[in-house]
Amino acid sequence: MSARTLFDKLWDAHVVQDLGGGVALIAIDRIFLHERTGSVALKSLRTSGRALFDPTRVFCTMDHIVDTLPGRGDSTLMPGGSQFILETREAAREAGIRLFDVQDPLQGIVHVISPELGIVLPGATVVCPDSHTCTQGALGAFAWGIGSTEAEHALATGTLRMSRPRTLRVNFEGVLPQGVTAKDMALALISAHGSVGGNGYAVEFAGSAVRALEVEARLTLCNMATEFSAVTGFIAPDEKTFEYLKGRDGAPRGAMWDQALQQWRELVSDEGAVFDREITVHVDELAPMVTWGTSPQQAMPVTGTVPEAAAAGSSAEAHARALGYMGLEAGQSLTELSIGAAFLGSCTNSRISDLRRAAAILRGRRVASGVRAICVPGSMSVKRQAEAEGLDVIFREAGFEWREAGCSMCFFAGGESFGHRQRVISSTNRNFESRQGPETRTHIASPEVVAASAVTGRITDPRTLVVANDLAGHDLAGGRL
Amino acid sequence: MEAFTVMTAVAAPMLRDNIDTDIIIPSREMKTVSKTGLSPGLFAGWRYTAIGGREPNPEFVLNQPAYAQTRILLGGSNFGCGSSREHAVWALHEYGIRAVIAPSFSPIFHGNCIRNGIVPVTLAASDIAAMAAYVAEAPQAHRVTVDLRSGEVSAGTALRYAFALEGEAREMLLEGLDAIDLTLKHRVAIQDFIDRDRRERPWIYFETSSGGAS
Repeated sequence: MSARTLFDKLWDAHVVQDLGGGVALIAIDRIFLHERTGSVALKSLRTSGRALFDPTRVFCTMDHIVDTLPGRGDSTLMPGGSQFILETREAAREAGIRLFDVQDPLQGIVHVISPELGIVLPGATVVCPDSHTCTQGALGAFAWGIGSTEAEHALATGTLRMSRPRTLRVNFEGVLPQGVTAKDMALALISAHGSVGGNGYAVEFAGSAVRALEVEARLTLCNMATEFSAVTGFIAPDEKTFEYLKGRDGAPRGAMWDQALQQWRELVSDEGAVFDREITVHVDELAPMVTWGTSPQQAMPVTGTVPEAAAAGSSAEAHARALGYMGLEAGQSLTELSIGAAFLGSCTNSRISDLRRAAAILRGRRVASGVRAICVPGSMSVKRQAEAEGLDVIFREAGFEWREAGCSMCFFAGGESFGHRQRVISSTNRNFESRQGPETRTHIASPEVVAASAVTGRITDPRTLVVANDLAGHDLAGGRL
Repeated sequence: MEAFTVMTAVAAPMLRDNIDTDIIIPSREMKTVSKTGLSPGLFAGWRYTAIGGREPNPEFVLNQPAYAQTRILLGGSNFGCGSSREHAVWALHEYGIRAVIAPSFSPIFHGNCIRNGIVPVTLAASDIAAMAAYVAEAPQAHRVTVDLRSGEVSAGTALRYAFALEGEAREMLLEGLDAIDLTLKHRVAIQDFIDRDRRERPWIYFETSSGGAS
């Protein structure tokens, strides 16, 4: 057989039937839902009178609308939010699927808990009506975001009808400098190639810098594939992946683990496999990145100055508009900018390693006066682990709010928000206009930049602060499904 | 789903790049677990003078009398990026939009359009700009035609562009097909796949799995 890409292998293994014209019926191994967009899919399926194809392979969480304030329940700060929670609970119960409910000890953001519980596995197809489903490709899965109608299709048939996407390999080569992370790799890629640079592609992240990343950092990198307009992002599984998964509740055990491992080791792009397109990014000179504008492509090294002219593929008008919205001038240094808030959380950067790195910067320091700082662990498991390591004490003593798990203020849904034109440094994935609140000015960056900026009260290169590095903890244990 | 063949209608230019789904329907406007009742929230942040309000912003293109009965949007690149929320497409459809013409689309938004009878037409930005200029001269008179049968967009006598839709999208839209119904015709193939796959990748399946298509 000729050399195949990893994507070819993932695709071919799931073709139920070739439907002609480049379209195939693709078997779906895992479906994840959440209360915001999954509830309507379950409701619509019920109305149609169709049954779930296989409820044992469908999972649901409460992450988008649920509050993250201590003592939370079914009522929410988002007007009408509790309806989403109550209807999702009822629909999940009727459908007979595993729900990670508000008070469940394993509740959390879908793309945090799925890997944590070994629900996503190498070689699996995973869909969720959520654009950041590509996150889960970090484990060598084919995982992508869909709409609610497609989710209903997957629920009813166990399949999706799909046109085969083209393939793009992004090779990150070199060694990441100290203080530079997977988040910076993603922002560097998107700023160099544009927010439509990966449009329509299945993107394999490869190269020495990707191999060197730990699994949680790989999740961060793949998370941003949707901001590159890709269908999905994924990484070939390796020993780090297998080590991460071993013993997690959804992972196979005993002889079946060995059998799985044998297959998973084949999940690589063969030598000589041809991609529709390849891009190489050298990481040796990368610096921590920060967005200056209102699209993830409008990002720059924290050490740089706001670009004078629009990048290729963007108009002068869009450039000027972004500057106006963000209250910036071309040529300005971002490190001059005072911030009103710092947010650490989201499916991009809310895992235990993210919290540890931020805590290492925060230990013995205080959040600058006038800055509201919030830390929202990605899952209740992450929260418990952080508390076991004493990280919560570091966050609280520094002046951070310490929250329950969920998507929280990554986006504004009518409830909690940051202030009008408030400048926020955020470990999230989108800096769109009004994303975190009406006319809020969001700068996205790594957890390190968020922590360092919270301390100084202005956007800060974390490498300028001395950091305690005795916070290396143990890997986060999973839970029972 | 209603079929789409050909339509000649008022088109409104919204040429800004990266019009995301939260602009199309802000999260705060998704008030119930429903696919309907969403059109009042369409473009709410641009369309009304205040957040949560309903007083029309006269500057917003769709509020201008010249653009009454708009059925086609002329958009910028990366149209529909951001959140996967299908509510954006449901809101557009309920408002009356049946085609969006843009240089590129978010893949999820593109798929959502096809599943709901909205034609996503990909054309070069320069061609869209030419149409927008023509339309702006007299929006009610200078209508745009989207012909899915011939795969052509035209406006006036001078502007005519071919477009393509990948895979089975064109057929689904032309026939107004329900994808689930079509797929359920492959029940046997699906079950054969599961039976074979269960032996090859047993870890994908859980003990109590029924594995039967309804």
